[in-house]
Amino acid sequence: MAEIDRDKLRDIYTRTMKVNRTDEKFRSLLMGGKVAVMYYCVRGQELVSAAMMAALNDDDYVVCTYRGQGEQTAKGIPADKWWAECLGRATGTCKGKGGTMHITHPEKGIMVTTGVVGSGLPIANGLAMASQNNGDGKVTVVSFGDGASNIGGFHEAMNMAQLYKLPVIFLCQNNRYGEHTAYADHTDSTSIASRAAGYGMKGVTVDGNDVEAMYGTAKDAVDRARAGEGPTLLEAMCYRMMGHFFGADFSYMPPEHLAEMAREDPLPKLRKVMLERQFSEEELDRIVAEIDAEIEVAVASALAAPLPDVAELKRDVFEEEMA
Amino acid sequence: MGMITMTQALNYAIDEAMAEDAGVFCLGEDVSAKQGGGVFKVTAGLSEKYGVNRIRSTPISETAIIGAAIGAALAGQRPIAEIMLMNFVGVCMDQIVNHAAKLRFMSGGQTCVPLVIRTTTGVGVGFGGQHSDMLEAWFAHVAGIKVVTPSNPADARGLMRASIDCNDPVIFIENILCYGLKAEDPGPGYRVPLGKAAITREGSDISLITYGRTVLDAVAVADELAKEGISVEVIDLRTIAPYDEETVLTSVRKTGRAITLHEAVRPFGTGAEIAATIQEKAWDQLKGPVLRIGGTFSPVPFASVLEQAWIPTKPQIVAAIKASMGRA
Repeated sequence: MAEIDRDKLRDIYTRTMKVNRTDEKFRSLLMGGKVAVMYYCVRGQELVSAAMMAALNDDDYVVCTYRGQGEQTAKGIPADKWWAECLGRATGTCKGKGGTMHITHPEKGIMVTTGVVGSGLPIANGLAMASQNNGDGKVTVVSFGDGASNIGGFHEAMNMAQLYKLPVIFLCQNNRYGEHTAYADHTDSTSIASRAAGYGMKGVTVDGNDVEAMYGTAKDAVDRARAGEGPTLLEAMCYRMMGHFFGADFSYMPPEHLAEMAREDPLPKLRKVMLERQFSEEELDRIVAEIDAEIEVAVASALAAPLPDVAELKRDVFEEEMA
Repeated sequence: MGMITMTQALNYAIDEAMAEDAGVFCLGEDVSAKQGGGVFKVTAGLSEKYGVNRIRSTPISETAIIGAAIGAALAGQRPIAEIMLMNFVGVCMDQIVNHAAKLRFMSGGQTCVPLVIRTTTGVGVGFGGQHSDMLEAWFAHVAGIKVVTPSNPADARGLMRASIDCNDPVIFIENILCYGLKAEDPGPGYRVPLGKAAITREGSDISLITYGRTVLDAVAVADELAKEGISVEVIDLRTIAPYDEETVLTSVRKTGRAITLHEAVRPFGTGAEIAATIQEKAWDQLKGPVLRIGGTFSPVPFASVLEQAWIPTKPQIVAAIKASMGRA
């Protein structure tokens, strides 16, 4: 892997910390009883999303899942619009009608957030098909977990993408659990990426906690897609450190495994790389402080924002307002 | 303009939409020339004209077909996806119901899904239990989807153009037994607005509300009963959801009697919804209960004798009308 240049590395660090600080803030609000909504924590998976999004252009397409905070934040959704949506406010990016599981922000290429495991893959093919049809040069990334690799739509979408050589990247965030079921209890394949061979597709497994490997692999996949060389199944190994959703019991995750995986935590590893590359502690802390300040403003404005008007029930069902 | 079949009507509508807008494309099983131009030939000749990227034959993968169509629609194109037979929508319901129908609403109007899903079905050709059902009520029950079905070639041409124009997902149901119907070609650019019913026969004694293939039966019955002095008004909904409530209620307020008729099974069918609305909104004008005619509540059978007993028949319609008129 070629060494990541300093600007890109700073960019990845900033995106990673935005994802992490947003996650921390959300958990603290939920813990404090300030808000009560479904939130699927991304602790442990921050770098995967950040590095993948850093490999894309601003107008490339992203399809993600209910555990999509990482992609959404790292792709650049404005914090105020994101928080207002998560808190069900009229000023949210979806006017409070989508919520945490359906964040959408086409201005930054966030086209669909699905609440149904595996349903994003076939839709990502369509975005990529549009790019292939009209030659706009865009690449589509669809993110999903290891659990999604066992649903029919995964296989249909993989086969179709390779058949048409669509400019799409299937980003499997292998966080070792599908809901409450461990990888070994739902899959006997040696890896998710190994399944790509069955479709004639390129499949790669990468350490999603290693910034050089993760970004390099993501960039390769994006370059291939943009060059018309077809899709990639990119399996990023990571770990879902906080269970399925906030507040859910995760005693089924063995403590010794949690402790082992904590040693692979992407955040200290990334900070170590940053320091090795001569970024100062002060600069790294300043980046985080700026992010925290932005989040505080966004949360405060979201909490103060108006709730949606009930007339919204009749709007956006169809193009024309309902009677 | 000359006569055209319903197959030609659909083909011409798709052809002219593709010629006008480079964003219109078709995808589905066997749709391009190499695979025969579609199992019912609706897309015949189009891949030769527009290439195999715009008439895209797909693997047998309904979820991937509809998912791809949704994604392309989100990106601003106007896909026409073919689900070969209506029962196969069961394979891709998640994409249709959880995604196509809801993305506009859940995104707060930031995205939309201008998608036409063409699909074929129909009882009476011996296709049995998994190739014949009319499943329009499934979709009519989901907010965010329009459901359209033509009963004749002119409407087929006009409804298809209007469906392609529509910025929301449309389920476009084609009845196998209607493909060969012939009628005067309404010509290029013809559109039938969605949500507008047609009064196929004017009448004063009873309103017979139907759509699709059973319009043919309704008209035949109306002609027959005219000889006996019973004046039947036949309403062809054309768009099943959202249906033209105003035309239905205006008719029922005039006649005071109503029967709903569809090929789909009767329980929980669209006829039940329409009957309920009539009773809520035109109760004072009703001279009797609204009756419903529909298919038998069993899977569609194979043997012809069973299939003919399953389907609503003209004598059944006549009997229902006479019962409603108190002339049984």
